Amino acid sequence: MSSDVRFTDFKSDKQPTWCPGCGDFGTMNGMMKALANTGNDPDNTFIVAGIGCSGKIGTYMHSYALHGVHGRALPVGIGVKSANPDLEVMVSGGDGDGYSIGAGHFVHAARRNMDMTYVVMDNRIYGLTKGQFSPTSREDFETSTSPDGPKQSPVNPLALALAADGTFIAQSFSSDAQRHEEIVQQAVEHDGFGFVNVYSPCVTFNDVDTYDYFRDTIVDVEDEDHDPTDRDAAREKITNDTEYQGVIYQDEDSVPYNERHGLDSNMADIPDGAPEDATDLVREFY
Amino acid sequence: MPDDLNWAIGGEAGDGINSTGKIFAQALSRAGRQVFTSKDFASRIRGGYTAYKVRSSTERVESVVDRLDVLIALTQRTVEENMDELHEGSVIIYDGERTMMEDFEAPEGMIDLPVPLKSLAEDAGGAIMQNIVALGAACEVANFPIDNLDEALEKRFGDKGQSIIDNNQEAARLGEEYVQEEYDRDEFGYDIETTDNDYVLLNGDEAIGMGAIAAGCRFYSGYPITPATDVMEYLKGRLERYGGHVMQTEDELSAINMALGAARAGARAMTATSGPGIDLMAETFGLVAQSETPLVICDVMRSGPSTGMPTKQEQGDLNMTLFGGHGEIPRFVVAPTTVSECFHKTIEAFNYAEKYQTPVYLVSDLALAVTEQTFAPEEFDMDAVEIDRGKLVGEDEIDTWLNDADQFQPHFPAADGISPRTLPGTSGGAHMTTGLEHDELGRRTEEQEVRIEQVDKRTQKVETAKEEEEWDYREFGDPDADTLVLSWGSNEGAMREAIGFLDEADVSIRFISVPYLFPRPDLSEEIEAADDVIVVECNATGQFADVIEHDTLTRLKRINKYNGVRFKADELAERITDELDTPQEVPT
Repeated sequence: MSSDVRFTDFKSDKQPTWCPGCGDFGTMNGMMKALANTGNDPDNTFIVAGIGCSGKIGTYMHSYALHGVHGRALPVGIGVKSANPDLEVMVSGGDGDGYSIGAGHFVHAARRNMDMTYVVMDNRIYGLTKGQFSPTSREDFETSTSPDGPKQSPVNPLALALAADGTFIAQSFSSDAQRHEEIVQQAVEHDGFGFVNVYSPCVTFNDVDTYDYFRDTIVDVEDEDHDPTDRDAAREKITNDTEYQGVIYQDEDSVPYNERHGLDSNMADIPDGAPEDATDLVREFY
Repeated sequence: MPDDLNWAIGGEAGDGINSTGKIFAQALSRAGRQVFTSKDFASRIRGGYTAYKVRSSTERVESVVDRLDVLIALTQRTVEENMDELHEGSVIIYDGERTMMEDFEAPEGMIDLPVPLKSLAEDAGGAIMQNIVALGAACEVANFPIDNLDEALEKRFGDKGQSIIDNNQEAARLGEEYVQEEYDRDEFGYDIETTDNDYVLLNGDEAIGMGAIAAGCRFYSGYPITPATDVMEYLKGRLERYGGHVMQTEDELSAINMALGAARAGARAMTATSGPGIDLMAETFGLVAQSETPLVICDVMRSGPSTGMPTKQEQGDLNMTLFGGHGEIPRFVVAPTTVSECFHKTIEAFNYAEKYQTPVYLVSDLALAVTEQTFAPEEFDMDAVEIDRGKLVGEDEIDTWLNDADQFQPHFPAADGISPRTLPGTSGGAHMTTGLEHDELGRRTEEQEVRIEQVDKRTQKVETAKEEEEWDYREFGDPDADTLVLSWGSNEGAMREAIGFLDEADVSIRFISVPYLFPRPDLSEEIEAADDVIVVECNATGQFADVIEHDTLTRLKRINKYNGVRFKADELAERITDELDTPQEVPT
């Protein structure tokens, strides 16, 4: 790791094709800065991206990366980190990828607590398929597949993470660049599963959860003297219907899965034949 | 078969049938006898009917037969289920005091051997040891030195303390003595030989697990499913000893994606499952191929479709592994044909995966998974294991593989189709890849020329492999025979023994057992040279016969079995003669 890494080193030479004004630009910038601030460089970083507008991030960033199938980005990241704990693993996807098709993996990733970061670009809409409701859409949000609104409760991702014993639960707003960067950086530095739900507005298909809406309503937990290590206070914040940004919960005693299981070697390093004492394995069958 | 001993214990699930059977198999193996076991079991924790059968001989045994010499029956149903296999002189050991067996009488011609299993076990320290009493009784019936059983008990209970071992050995002794006192051993007519040979006893799932460690596998992710769970249970604890890790995942979708992630990071990685899991993994299978990630996916087949018969044998997933997944997916499909081949083919699978940066299906079946079989330990020669990591590029060579803009090209269209591969952490090698069609840099494209170049490149890898590797078959019987029998998977053992039965009836056959299903050997000449060609497989439609017919444009005869039970040697011999133009009686 070199100390003179700039965040632009994480930029690829591909220009994003996101709609002008898309929240994902800001989300990605914060991710790159957080990685650079924490002493990482493209050669030791692995980005896993899901499917959807957010999934394009692997292309626009420069690092080792895999753009996988819809909803399965987290297991890929867990596999990467298990095999080589020296790598900085950051997984990214959208609300559809993480809370709908991949909701099962999200819950299990939170309780597994691998030392990695998960950034979800939550725009409360399906953008790439041109405007259907998402798992975080409001109950009355009118879309092509919900002309009268979905008429079902939106997922509360922070509550899901808390219920699954997530050890770092945070939320940010892509347009508040400074705070977003700080929050993602704290997630990267966290010993365990650092989860950040990012309000990342879709300027094309969502005319409800807009920049203006978030600017007007968002409350920073730091302004409320919130203690993120207080689990009960965190539960109250997560369920009180306010749009918060900041670190809502952090378990300071978190010991990540990789440490609990003694994963400390690079599994890519193997001999060019069977392990030296492999004959012992045969002897066990006598 | 004077020296053959066919033994079984049967009862309800929860009676400890499996572990008792395994102990007896172990004792026979310790005594230098060859062993081949099979299990009849149901997918339930308690009740029903379950049995563990052990065939044993001083010579090699490859199959189960329709014959039982000594049966330990814990329930009346055990006798009923096995009536066809019992014969004049079969000995039935049972507890005449146990409610469900107290009015039991052995059928005509068979030898009744009531032993108070439960009360003798209580004398030795606990009713839980009643099966061990029965094993002691069986030793006396077969005139089998009980010290071999003592050794097997030590192995089984070694980690539970000396007093447990002592109690069990005492229980066995009480069973033996009871039979000595109450009966005359000569009445039974069994006197089984022992030898000084050393054998190891293992099943196909264990052989796959051991092969994986030998091949350098360091990451395994999986979700429990019969009959593949033993692979994970074998690896857990052992893989960790070699710096690896076994991860039990939330589902099979996660299992294959974690293994994919570990493989992207450079670990040799594997997942194992059975049919329902393979269906889920099909989602990511295409991504593995598209991203050119080396991965071994093991399918231990069971009866389908859907939940099917989870504890029953079938070879029904051939089409799924050969053709499954949307789009056109380059792959390898390798299917071991014996328990020991499970070890060797696993090692090969890892080498193909890395050499060609392609997913490899390692296809086994329930019959291999649950069979405990003896082998000379030399069959698992760790010194012979060679690891080929293919075109892995380290930091010192990375410059050779950068384009003019200093970018690494993970999908560089090399003439042999195989691109350089570098691992995360390698300086200067950062690159992405994706399930989208991509260019040589791994970035999305819909350019027609690039699409064609990348499809051709991935296809070329398989063509290169066809040239570079030996996709041969295993051959048995008479190479000049007019009748050719083809099969794949676990049928090999039963077929090899069937050849012996057929010989006795002067029916000569050539038998080819095919472990490589894709790429696979070209059998045109072999089929051309034969008058009759019969394809043997455990499924209803003849999936293997279909692909061979397609390869050779020839109609083939088929022997199929899909009742959930593997082929037996004598049964196969009969069915083969039935297919011939001049059917003959087979002495079995």
